[in-house]
Amino acid sequence: MLSQDIAIVLPELVLAIYTMLALLVAVYTGKDGLTQLVTWATAAVMVAVALWVAVAGSGSQIAFGGLFVDDAFARFAKVAILLSGAAILLISEDFMAKRGLARFEYPLLIALASIGMMAMVSAGDLMSLYMGLELQSLALYVVAALDRDSKTSTEAGLKYFVLGALSSGLLLYGASLVYGYAGTTSFAGILTTVQHGVPVGLLFGLVFMLAGLAFKISAAPFHMWTPDVYEGAPTPITAFFATAPKIAAMAMIARLVHDAFGGITLQWAQVLAVLSLLSMFVGAVAAIGQKDIKRLMAYSSIAHMGFALMGLASGTAFGVQAMLVYMAIYVTMNLGTFAFILSLEMDGKPVTDISLLNQFSKREPLKALAVLVLMFSLAGVPPMLGFFGKFYVLKAAVDAGMGWLAVAGVIASVVGAFYYLRIVFYMYFGAEQAGAESKMNPVQWLALMGVAVVMLAAVVNFFGLEPAAVAAAAALVG
Amino acid sequence: MNNLLSLITFVPAIAAAILALFLRGNDPAAQRNAKWLALFATVVSFALSLLLLKGFDPANTGFQFVEDRPWIMGLHYKMGIDGISILFVMLTTFLMPITIASCWNVETRVKDYMIAFLLLETLMLGVFTALDLVLFYLFFEAGLIPMFLIIGIWGGANRIYAAFKFFLYTFFGSVLMLVAMVAMYHAAGTTDIPTLMTYKFSHDPIVVLGLTVTGGLQTLLFLAFFASFAVKMPMWPVHTWLPDAHVQAPTAGSVVLAAILLKMGGYGFLRFSMPMFPVAAYEWTPVVFWMSAIAIVYTSLVALVQTDMKKLVAYSSVAHMGYVTLGIFSMNAQGVDGAIFQMLSHGFISGAMFLCVGVIYDRMHTREIDAYGGLVNRMPAYALVFMFFTMANVGLPGTSGFVGEFLTLMGVFQVNTWVAAVATSGVILSAAYGLWLYRRVVFGALVKEGLKTITDMTRRERAIFAPLIIMTLLLGVYPKVVTDIIDPSVQAMVANYAAATTQASN
Repeated sequence: MLSQDIAIVLPELVLAIYTMLALLVAVYTGKDGLTQLVTWATAAVMVAVALWVAVAGSGSQIAFGGLFVDDAFARFAKVAILLSGAAILLISEDFMAKRGLARFEYPLLIALASIGMMAMVSAGDLMSLYMGLELQSLALYVVAALDRDSKTSTEAGLKYFVLGALSSGLLLYGASLVYGYAGTTSFAGILTTVQHGVPVGLLFGLVFMLAGLAFKISAAPFHMWTPDVYEGAPTPITAFFATAPKIAAMAMIARLVHDAFGGITLQWAQVLAVLSLLSMFVGAVAAIGQKDIKRLMAYSSIAHMGFALMGLASGTAFGVQAMLVYMAIYVTMNLGTFAFILSLEMDGKPVTDISLLNQFSKREPLKALAVLVLMFSLAGVPPMLGFFGKFYVLKAAVDAGMGWLAVAGVIASVVGAFYYLRIVFYMYFGAEQAGAESKMNPVQWLALMGVAVVMLAAVVNFFGLEPAAVAAAAALVG
Repeated sequence: MNNLLSLITFVPAIAAAILALFLRGNDPAAQRNAKWLALFATVVSFALSLLLLKGFDPANTGFQFVEDRPWIMGLHYKMGIDGISILFVMLTTFLMPITIASCWNVETRVKDYMIAFLLLETLMLGVFTALDLVLFYLFFEAGLIPMFLIIGIWGGANRIYAAFKFFLYTFFGSVLMLVAMVAMYHAAGTTDIPTLMTYKFSHDPIVVLGLTVTGGLQTLLFLAFFASFAVKMPMWPVHTWLPDAHVQAPTAGSVVLAAILLKMGGYGFLRFSMPMFPVAAYEWTPVVFWMSAIAIVYTSLVALVQTDMKKLVAYSSVAHMGYVTLGIFSMNAQGVDGAIFQMLSHGFISGAMFLCVGVIYDRMHTREIDAYGGLVNRMPAYALVFMFFTMANVGLPGTSGFVGEFLTLMGVFQVNTWVAAVATSGVILSAAYGLWLYRRVVFGALVKEGLKTITDMTRRERAIFAPLIIMTLLLGVYPKVVTDIIDPSVQAMVANYAAATTQASN
């Protein structure tokens, strides 16, 4: 029995063992001198594990008496998490080295956070859900404050820690209520309970849990920490926050509401719809006045989470599929955008002021073009891939009879288009004056260009993303 | 050649990709290469579209040259043309080489300029040939990007405001249409345009937010599409982005905007609103009629007081588009034929009017009417060309402008006499502002110092106007070349519409 269980969690175990070993080796040998090697090795291991999960996994299995679930849905999320984490490591290596942040703990903390996320998306029980979540969060609190000599970075770490602890508290309180009323912590058990009537206490628990998770995906009105943490943390960390943890938390919400509360779609769909509506508008409106590109990306990610939640709020299998597709596209776009933001500097110092992009297109026509594609994609303008993400979630909402949410969403997207256009405006129409340069190493260049090409070329057939998302959604809701 | 349409559509895009990837440098030689390649690509596209005209069977009211491939999400990459769309394709491919030739003097970022126009051509052609809702939306909306850049990078002093206004206005109109498209996909289970044209959307009243909506789903869908097309058209009172965009856009941008992009609104009405939501369209006809009539009179009056030439022409465009909506919503054969005819003719005439403004703007760098006067003394050829197009814009018999206006007014008269009467007064007003503009710019004594050395049109400029003059005259004296092609499709559409509306009222 145990060997079977172990076989199911083997990818997580391998990654965990690698992390521990690498930590020991680095501590006892070269320490920070090994950073570059450790970074590349960690990224390689993460990619390898991702490929392994994608290729070897099949069907749905449970391990440890239901604590851990391995199905197509979990695999989809894990592959996305691992690949985006590895990509962030690779594009940020150069930045970290230049800014004196090249510590060997950084890649390993990212790997640990990834293990936590993998546990989250595979959770089949409130206990394992919380364990995964905390492993992820603790690693993230530390990396947020990685630049310990910088006031803003330390502030970001502390802020994230305090608010994250609060949200964990909310989640735990909700979980305890659910446990109290359902008498079990396993998702399957909760599902059986709610199918025979829903006590009010259970609903309370559900709402608290959703509130706690909304913190993690930075959905409005639980988004307050996002802009500050995004701005304060070192840019690679911001890039990481914007990608992998978002997929993990979003997937965990999907897992929770469908696996544990699948019978009472109406109850939670409203909550998610309201979160979605608020996030879309807060993200769109609040970003307008931003002058710092990292803060802008923070609000942009709030708005994007709103759209992804729209898919989830529809409560259907297609909605889950739409959410997964949306998240995959969102993460890809953010990778490209952050590869660009990472490379921005002026007089050797990193800069994030949008107005410094003045006439960037004159200095770097090709990069400016790639960023233009990304900005229009983030805004959801066809023919870029970002549009198809929006189309998916809109279809899910309309199919579920939530036409009002779809209409609200597109109106928010028009408001949101304004600030993406502003970046294009600075790059192409701005006044002639000294501005930021973009110094990229080949990896960053490849990330930016690759993502821009994908945004245009994937329109042809999505590169096989769709069948994977269909299978994942079917595994969860089917 | 069963992918002729794709070929015509994507030849410019391929040329744009070649320019973007392989053309290096910004020296005069590279600039010249960029211009010639762009011109070559647009001419190839035009030549290929002649094959379309040759192989097209007007008697067949269905879609021809159809291509169909499965795409993502159950959507299809489907293209095809019928009697309504073929001439818009021809109009686009015909005008694009002229547009490219007209910006031969551009010096800033020539390569980017050419890429933007080539991509724009692909996207415009895609709009007229797409037979899948989402594919249509893709082309329709993507066209905003190159136009945004054209206005923003190469535009006039206030270009940034204009570019943002243009983008956000039209984006807002279209996203509502996107939701409607998703709802149609949900209701009908397909995004195939020919299928949707025969699908009968429910028109049972439904209640939204406590209000009963007569015409139900159809009305909601109609209004969402209307929001998009009315902005694009543009109809009064959502036309205000147009004068700004026109004034700030470079000449070639104005030409494309007026001659082709505005036609997407009219085309959209003919392709979606009328065939797919006939009951709702019927309900809303009076509103659209009066909006159009007000547009014609109001914008003509506004045109009268303009001091900027481009703005004047822009307002006259809005007025002329008013005839188009009148014609379309009259929904009889004359009216719709007239509307399509008017759109084509306006494509040639307004394009030429903007080029006329461009000719003197290139020389004097001002569009103020007061800065000119007496040009006939130094520029006789220009005076002649400008005279011709002013007359065509006014709707002088013998030019294509007359045929379009006459047919639409005849169509409307059968449906609503009062609206026709009000709209007809617009013809007089258009003569007033057109001739007055001409008098102030061309006639009179040449007293302004700066104008004393102005030179007449170059050979390149004459060559640009020649095809436009020929087409305007040809369509004016022999409109059958157009109506023969469009009439069977129009008749079929009108018949379907009549059947649907009578069935609904019984």
